[in-house]
Amino acid sequence: MSNYDDKAAVILEMLHRDCRKSLEEMATMLDMQMDEIAGIIDRLEKDGVIIGYGARINWDKANGANVVTAYIEIKVTPQRDQGYDRIAERIYQYPEVKAVNLMSGAYDFGITVEGKNIRDVSLFVSEHLAPMESIVGTATHFVLKRYKYDGVVCSKPEKDRREVISI
Amino acid sequence: MSLNIKGLLNSTVRDIPPSGIRKFFDIAAEMEDAISLGVGEPDFVTPWHIRDEGIYSLEKGYTHYTSNAGLKELRVEICNYLRRRFDISYDPMTQTIVTVGGSEAIDLFIRSVVEPGDEVLIPEPSFVCYKPITALAGGVPVSIVTKAENQFRLTAEELKAAITPKTKVLVLPFPNNPTGGVMRREDLEAIADVLRGTDILVLADEIYGELTYGAQRHVSIASIPEMYERTVLVSGFSKAYAMTGWRLGYACGHPDLIKAMTKVHQFAIMSAPTTAQYAAIEALKNGDEDIERMKAEYDQRRHVMVRGFNDMGLSCFEPLGAFYTFPSIQGTGMPSAEFCETLLYEKKVAVVPGTAFGESGEGFIRCSYAYSIDNINEALNRIEAFVKHR
Repeated sequence: MSNYDDKAAVILEMLHRDCRKSLEEMATMLDMQMDEIAGIIDRLEKDGVIIGYGARINWDKANGANVVTAYIEIKVTPQRDQGYDRIAERIYQYPEVKAVNLMSGAYDFGITVEGKNIRDVSLFVSEHLAPMESIVGTATHFVLKRYKYDGVVCSKPEKDRREVISI
Repeated sequence: MSLNIKGLLNSTVRDIPPSGIRKFFDIAAEMEDAISLGVGEPDFVTPWHIRDEGIYSLEKGYTHYTSNAGLKELRVEICNYLRRRFDISYDPMTQTIVTVGGSEAIDLFIRSVVEPGDEVLIPEPSFVCYKPITALAGGVPVSIVTKAENQFRLTAEELKAAITPKTKVLVLPFPNNPTGGVMRREDLEAIADVLRGTDILVLADEIYGELTYGAQRHVSIASIPEMYERTVLVSGFSKAYAMTGWRLGYACGHPDLIKAMTKVHQFAIMSAPTTAQYAAIEALKNGDEDIERMKAEYDQRRHVMVRGFNDMGLSCFEPLGAFYTFPSIQGTGMPSAEFCETLLYEKKVAVVPGTAFGESGEGFIRCSYAYSIDNINEALNRIEAFVKHR
């Protein structure tokens, strides 16, 4: 690894997998100096490449934290001069909305909404989303079970199945 | 019970000592909270697209034998792969055979060429199979001890000193299990200088050929001028594609050698597993990125382990291939076997004594980094606590 982009790519991948990894551990794993890694991370934060750090949570297993997730397809009429961005802005202001993506294909936006229960999410759609100017249709899909999230399989990791062998 | 079965055993088989690797792991397997750095196979699961291709072949009903030498399409892909990644050309129809792991290819080669009394030169420490297979063929295994100060490479001088009129084969097991040592082009050229003009054949066991670290890639001795004809290149899918359980390897070399090996193979094995062969075609066609991904991860773990051992005072040369470190434990004053046994009972960490790979492994232990970083860190912490009081 010699150039900034290559190093940044590896660091991003490492942080994406485990953002609690210490600078020291990263430096050893990548055979780099801690200062250099810290500098690259700093720049990635300033450039808006890294926009936050957080845990991946399997809410199904978090007792006491009631979280229902819905994936909602939205069809819109783009606004004159401002295209889709203005509509996206209006959607993502709601704290219930966790992700907003402009999509190719049969609908325009794919958004992820979280609520305490199904009723919460339904109310959000019927009271805030559906009546919004420019939105011409929505389809709500509730997440029933999470199998894999952000690259991580949600079930318990399998135990090491390698057997004793003469090698 | 009147039959003395032991007395009826082939005496060569009876005299082969059991593998020294297994002993500790049988104990460790029964121990609660024991962690291991002992296993010599990737911790990764075979990439999904490769597994899927194996499954698809079953769905289509491809459950018959293949031809003895293996599916033609697979042999073509093996040759494409060797040309693409190591710049060596073989003919898929006359110079390539698909085997049950690299291990079978080693066995086939030695059985095809070694006659009673022939000497087989085996750099040591090295993988455990060459000696017993040579003995089973009636050959005489001759160890050449490689040294830590030479990064466990085989030198021309060491080779020269070991050659006698009876020398038939030189085994070149690089990148090396257990040391992680590699042979660079210049090292191989020096070896080639010694071999030119002799009738010595080379068994190049390059099963770890894809797992080299740093800027320089693995070089096969088959690509060194005048070495092609005398070399049989053995490799397989286990290490590069994490396909150990599929049991698939191959050998490439001179048509006469491959023909002879195919003869042995067809009577002993018939053909390599069909499902694995279909999966392997996919691995060779679309698996280059998988190799790089796994290698990048091994490399990170390698840094952690080498640094960890050196920091705790167990000097560890930088292994440039395979997925093993081979730190010296001489500073503790304990023999390898005792070190491993005491470590296992006191700290519940299983590692392999260097002596499992030949007497020259005394004073070293083999630690695999085919484990998660968390596992490696925990093992290093325990080993550090163990050596602190020695």
